[in-house]
Amino acid sequence: MSEGHSTYTPKTGIGRWFDARMPLPRLVYDSFVAYPVPRNLNYAYTFGGILALMLAAQMLTGIVLAMHYAADSTLAFDSVEKIMRDVNSGWLLRYMHSNGASFFFVAVYIHIFRGLYYGSYKAPRELLWILGCIIYLLMMATGFMGYVLPWGQMSFWGATVITGFFSAIPLVGDWIQQLLLGGYAVDNPTLNRFFSLHYLLPFMIAGVVVLHIWALHVVGQSNPTGIEVKSKTDTVAFTPYATIKDAFGMLVFLFIFAYFVFYLPNFLGHPDNYVVADPLKTPAHIVPEWYFLPFYAILRAITFNIGPINSKLGGVLAMFGSIAMLFLVPWLDTSKVRSAVYRPWYKLFFWLFVIDAVLLGWLGSQPAEGSYVFMAQMATLFYFAFFLVALPVLGLIETPRRLPNSITEAVLEKNKHGGGGHPAHAAAAPETKG
Amino acid sequence: MTPKSGDRFSDKMMVETTTARQRISRGFDMKKILTSLALLALVLAGTAAATTGAIAQEEAHNEAAPTHFPIHEPKEMDWSFAGPFGTYDKAQLQRGLKVYKEVCAACHSMKLVAFRTLEDLGYSEAQVKALAAEYTINDGPNDAGDMFDRPGIPSDYFPAPFPNDQAAAAANGGAAPPDMSLLAKARGVERGFPRFVFDIFTQYAQGGPDYIHSLLTGYDEQPPAGMEIPEGTHYNPYFIAGVSLKMPNPLSDDQVTYDDGAPQTVDQYSRDVSAFLMWAAEPHLEARKKTGFRVLVFLLLFGALVYLTKRKVWAGVAH
Repeated sequence: MSEGHSTYTPKTGIGRWFDARMPLPRLVYDSFVAYPVPRNLNYAYTFGGILALMLAAQMLTGIVLAMHYAADSTLAFDSVEKIMRDVNSGWLLRYMHSNGASFFFVAVYIHIFRGLYYGSYKAPRELLWILGCIIYLLMMATGFMGYVLPWGQMSFWGATVITGFFSAIPLVGDWIQQLLLGGYAVDNPTLNRFFSLHYLLPFMIAGVVVLHIWALHVVGQSNPTGIEVKSKTDTVAFTPYATIKDAFGMLVFLFIFAYFVFYLPNFLGHPDNYVVADPLKTPAHIVPEWYFLPFYAILRAITFNIGPINSKLGGVLAMFGSIAMLFLVPWLDTSKVRSAVYRPWYKLFFWLFVIDAVLLGWLGSQPAEGSYVFMAQMATLFYFAFFLVALPVLGLIETPRRLPNSITEAVLEKNKHGGGGHPAHAAAAPETKG
Repeated sequence: MTPKSGDRFSDKMMVETTTARQRISRGFDMKKILTSLALLALVLAGTAAATTGAIAQEEAHNEAAPTHFPIHEPKEMDWSFAGPFGTYDKAQLQRGLKVYKEVCAACHSMKLVAFRTLEDLGYSEAQVKALAAEYTINDGPNDAGDMFDRPGIPSDYFPAPFPNDQAAAAANGGAAPPDMSLLAKARGVERGFPRFVFDIFTQYAQGGPDYIHSLLTGYDEQPPAGMEIPEGTHYNPYFIAGVSLKMPNPLSDDQVTYDDGAPQTVDQYSRDVSAFLMWAAEPHLEARKKTGFRVLVFLLLFGALVYLTKRKVWAGVAH
């Protein structure tokens, strides 16, 4: 924490010598050992660490894969197969990397939903939240470009569809699309620049992650009660408390990840991507990776013109708008109470929003025809209503439950009611506060 | 996270509750809007369930002009390589290779598979050498600048039956037969909700071989009355992209001679070649599953130890 006085005392001569010249060990000690974290963090808070782990794993496997991969439209597909067949443990690296992307997104979605549930974006953490949104955007770009590299049918046609969005933008759209493609259609120049950017963006992500963690260490972690840390009893030291809890969370996550890598490595992929890209053969259904499906559903939900905006531009605006909503959340939410634990109405809407997002994901995987279109339109309406109506209005009209006075009080209260007791009990019996 | 900001926060809270009360009458309309929003979400989930049923019904009505393919879902077979401890049945792979060589290879290439990898099927180095030498490989240029033919060696790949895709298409009614190296991973009928969720727990990853087997054994079925089959194509209700396909029924009983006593039936040929194609597409499947088991056991044990440590560390701290 910024205002905390460093308690680091180098024990060795070399340590003192270093500390006087470049206090890197002090920074590490203050950030990852002595750093105080709220004592009531649950496992939903371990996903930040999990995400850091996944980023590192993706970069390591990716760097080795790049040693064997050929970014050329005539060689790319076969070079991936060479990795799968002939490179030592190449199948493992490649499956870890392709499934790693999916699990990176699993983790980031849980991380984002956790932030929404506990109001982690509220003052003074707006910038922390926005940095997270930027990381998410960079992740989407990286994931999309990475999916193009194996140069299968879905790679090619996914790239064709997604870069096609940009042509909907008035005036500069065509220019942007051609800049992305390096031509008029997806081809070798597209593959080359996507490979270059796919290698670059993770390092940019790592840079923003540093800012994200920096901002986090300035304002401190939020926690399930949403109450700020007030005294020393509210916190515990990062090490060993958070370290060991994060480690356990990571291992559980890795277990599920490994289950997919070793037993279901192609479950999250599409069979068509094992067919080499063919510009003359359009697949029956072009679907993006699963983690883009909700946005894909929103894009296709706009089937009507709105005044001067035709349906294509409308769809693109809705899709980008749906992501832009996340950036605005700190100002859309008018509630004075952070955590959904004390906001019965918000809690209901939060879970409806989760269901809506999953439903949109499923609709994105279905063909845009018949009643699916209407359902996608309704689900899109709810998506935007959650941000633009529910978030601002609930904060004004909702009567929150009584908040405990401090984190420590909330924790003791919970433990008094039999360990796993719901914090709501605290509100039910305000006279028994400890 | 400073104490100051926390106090400010609760002060604001108190003020806000009073103003919130004044707003309640105004907020009543908004509450209505929000309730209807919540209802909308519930109705949405309901229609989702209803529509899927309705769509399925629509399709059932239109037997002669189906809009969704395949008409029949692939039959789920028992495969030796399924499940967490799955391994390839080498005798089956050898039979499958025989079917590929004697039937499929006439039209389908398998250009990503090298002869040297056939040792995985239980062949000795000498057998692989002999097998490779059966093929003629066009190599070169030599020192004189000429291309020349030579017998295959283990480091060669299965040669394609046609010089290029255009020739393959021209010889096969306009559509080039797909390369078979990855076919068992490149085909798969969508499982749909909720089956794809169950598949995670049953580790169902045999969609490809199931599809190939069903397709190869599906030519006997007759099209429903009134269905139009385009000329030059063959009806097959298991085909993923339409009512019929260009490939005629490639297999018949006793077409390939097995020397291990396995039944010489279309069904057996289909199983064997599907299993072989799974191997061709995923040659390291056994190593993957074996490594996976060790990794999971390690993660389980290590996870348990870390969990116990975590409990010990947190034992004295209410949280």
